[in-house]
Amino acid sequence: MTNTQKTSLTDNMYCLGIESTADDFGVGIARFNGEILANAVEGYVPIEGGIHPREAARHHAEVADKVFCQALTDAKIKPKDLTCISFSMGPGLGPCLRTGATVARALASYLQIPLVGVNHSVAHIEIGKLETGATDPVTLYASGGNTMVTAFESKRYRVFGETLDIALGNCLDVFGRQAGLKNQKGLPLGAAIEQLALKGKNLITLPYVVKGMDLSLSGLLTAATTQLQKEKHPIEDVCYSLQEHAFAMVAEITERALAHTEKKEVLLTGGVAANKRLQTMLKAITEEHDASFNVVPQKFATDNGAMIAWTGTLAYTHGLITPINESYVKLRWRVDKVDVPWIN
Amino acid sequence: MDKLKQPVLLKKGAEASLYLSNCHGRKAITKIRTPKKYRPEILDKQIRSYRTIHESQLLHQSKVAGIATPLIYMVNVPEATIIMEYIEGIQVKQYINRASEAERKKICLEIGGLVGKLHKENVIHGDLTTSNMILDNQGRIFLVDFGLGEKSVELEAKGVDLHLLKRALQSTHFTFWETCFNDVFASYSLVLGDKLAEKVYEKISEIERRGRYVEERKQ
Repeated sequence: MTNTQKTSLTDNMYCLGIESTADDFGVGIARFNGEILANAVEGYVPIEGGIHPREAARHHAEVADKVFCQALTDAKIKPKDLTCISFSMGPGLGPCLRTGATVARALASYLQIPLVGVNHSVAHIEIGKLETGATDPVTLYASGGNTMVTAFESKRYRVFGETLDIALGNCLDVFGRQAGLKNQKGLPLGAAIEQLALKGKNLITLPYVVKGMDLSLSGLLTAATTQLQKEKHPIEDVCYSLQEHAFAMVAEITERALAHTEKKEVLLTGGVAANKRLQTMLKAITEEHDASFNVVPQKFATDNGAMIAWTGTLAYTHGLITPINESYVKLRWRVDKVDVPWIN
Repeated sequence: MDKLKQPVLLKKGAEASLYLSNCHGRKAITKIRTPKKYRPEILDKQIRSYRTIHESQLLHQSKVAGIATPLIYMVNVPEATIIMEYIEGIQVKQYINRASEAERKKICLEIGGLVGKLHKENVIHGDLTTSNMILDNQGRIFLVDFGLGEKSVELEAKGVDLHLLKRALQSTHFTFWETCFNDVFASYSLVLGDKLAEKVYEKISEIERRGRYVEERKQ
C-alpha cells in the first residue's frame, strides 16, 4: 500500500459468521467493507429420507472445529483479529440452531468479543444484494425450508407472498424421493428433477393454487406423485409438469409483488435459485416490467456462513449486539419481525 | 372498441392490462389478461380463460348478492378480455391513507358489510385488497378484480378470503391495520351472523397458525 492510499477503519475489522439452521454447517468471514474472505461449509447428508434434526445437529457438532479452522485458514487471519462473532439465530431447526449458537457463544466468550444474532432470511437477502449489486429488490427466496417474496417497506423487509404450506425446495425434494431419484454428487434432488424435466414433452394438468399473493404447493406435490405412481405417466413428463406449475406459481406472485411495489429489481436466492428454468421464468417477468434480474451466485444462494458474517457486520455497525444471556435461538423468527436499521 | 378512439393504457398490472376504452358511447374498461411468456402455452391459456370466465360470473353473482360491481359489456374468452363499466372514483387504498379516523372507521365498517354479503352468498373474492375496492363519487364501494375468486360453501375459503384481507391491510396500512380489521370484522359478523362469523374467525386463526414461523403455532 502506498502512502497516498487511505486506510479506512473498517479495513481491519472482521466478523465471523456461523450458519447452522438446517443441513449445512457453515463458517464465513467478512471484512466490514464487504469483502468476503472465507466461506467454509460442510453439509450433512442423510442416509435415507430428509433431514433428521438431531442427526444433523450431531453432524454440525462433529465438523464445527474443522470448518472453523478452514475459514480462518482461507481468510488468512487469526482469531484475535476478529471484531465480533455472528450466528444464525433463526428461523430453523431447533437442534441445529442450538449447535451453531453454542459454538458462537463459546467463541465470543473465549475471545471476549461481542456476539451478534442474525436472522437467516435477512442474511440471504443482504448477501444477495452485496454480491449482485441490487439495492432495493423484490426478493424471491426459495429453498428447502422457505418460499417467500419480500421487499423493503417502512423499516422492515415485508412479506408480500409466501407458501401457505410446504416450501418449493421441500416440494421438489419429497417428490424426488417418492419417485426414487438418487442424489448426484452432493446435488439436491431438485437438480435431478431439472435434468429429467428437460426431456419432458407433455404437460400434465396439475393443481395451480395461488391465493391472493400466497401459494400452496402440497396439493401439487400429491397430484404429481399420483400422476407418476398411479397414472404411470413417464417421469420426464411429470418432472416437467411439476416444475412448470410450481415455478409459474412463484413467478406469478413475484410479478404481483413487483407490480404492487413498483420496484425496479428482482433478486432470486435460496437453494432453488440454481434452477435454470426458474431463472428463465423470473427473467421474463423482469423484462416485462423493465426491472433488472439478479440471481445470487450458487455458493451464496444456498445456506452459507458468509451471509451471516456480512449481515453481522451490518448489525454490529448499527449497535445491534446480542448479550449472551439473551442469545437463545428463535425457531420461528419471521423476517418481518426484524429491524434492519442499516437501510434508509 | 368499434370505430372510436384508440384505447388508452391505464394500468399494467401483474396479471392484466387495463385500458380506458369506449363501448358504444359509454366510458369502459377493457381488461386484457395478456399471455405470459414465462409459462407453457397450454397452462397459460388454461389460467387466462379460467380466470376470465370466473371473473365475469362472479361480477354478476356479486350483484345478485347486493354488492356494487361494474356492469359487464362484453366477454371474449379466447382473447381473455372483459369489457366493463368504468367506475368514476378512487381506490379505497388511497382514500384510507388520507381519511380521518372517523372516515376510516366508516369505510372499514362498510367493507366488512360487503364481504359479509358476499360470503353469505358463498361468493369468495380471492384477492381482497384495498386496491381492489373503488369508492365512487356517491360514496358507494365497488368491488373489482374477481379473477382469483370462486363459489364455495367451505369455511376454509371464507377464512382464507378474510386472512388475505388482513394481510393486505397489514402490508399496505401497517400503522392502523388492526383497528381497520376489527371494524371490518365487526360489521362482517353483523351481516353473516355471530355464530358463523365466529367460526370464520377461528378458521382465520387456524390458517395463521399454519403459516411458517408463527410464534403462536403449536409444536
